[in-house]
Amino acid sequence: MAQEQMRPNNQGEIRYLTPLSVDTRKKKYCRFKRSGIKYIDYKDPEFLKKFLNEQGKILPRRITGTSLKFQRRVAKAVKRARHLALLPYVTDLMK
Amino acid sequence: MNKYETVFILTPVLSDDQMKETVEKFKKVLTDNGGNIENEENWGLRKLAYPIENKNTGFYTLIEFEGEPTIVGKLETAYRRDEKVIRFLTFRLDKFAAEYAVKRRAVRKAKQEERAAQEAAEKEAAPVVVEEAPVADEAPAAEA
Repeated sequence: MAQEQMRPNNQGEIRYLTPLSVDTRKKKYCRFKRSGIKYIDYKDPEFLKKFLNEQGKILPRRITGTSLKFQRRVAKAVKRARHLALLPYVTDLMK
Repeated sequence: MNKYETVFILTPVLSDDQMKETVEKFKKVLTDNGGNIENEENWGLRKLAYPIENKNTGFYTLIEFEGEPTIVGKLETAYRRDEKVIRFLTFRLDKFAAEYAVKRRAVRKAKQEERAAQEAAEKEAAPVVVEEAPVADEAPAAEA
């Protein structure tokens, strides 16, 4: 009722139903949860490179959007791959 | 009984026979200690991501096996005693990893069969190409 009474007063103004966000960012999601991957293979360095930066460091969850459960598994897979020299421990310009 | 996966890297200075012999040796260590080898993959000579013992390449071998936990210690002592092994990794497969390993094996097998089929097809196709080639040569000649 209160809103209906308010309306005549606000007619000249532009009103939004939802607050506008200036930069429309995509919602981050965990790719493993979404695609139903349960095991992360350390034998596939090309796939693991998606979770590394250019120096070969593991990217944080806040950037990749991976859930905690899978971040632990990604970390384990990357570390196994590094041990077997499938991925470097330190490097420059990996990609 | 647990399922395990082990990967080891052999020095690149070995000849093919020496390499196969070493792989057989480790397989024997497994079978002698009541292990059951489920899968073996030879990835061949691969480039290492960083040098190990001043070497830039190595022969990779993967073995999936089933056995009692004590077998891992025995296998790893065998690795450590052998100076041909420059790096190794052994770990237990959890249920997701075991599932994945079965799937991966099936995919690899299918790929190998496909490749074999393709090679066979190429061999069959090869004579046909040879037959067609002179025809193609003749056509421009006739136009000229």
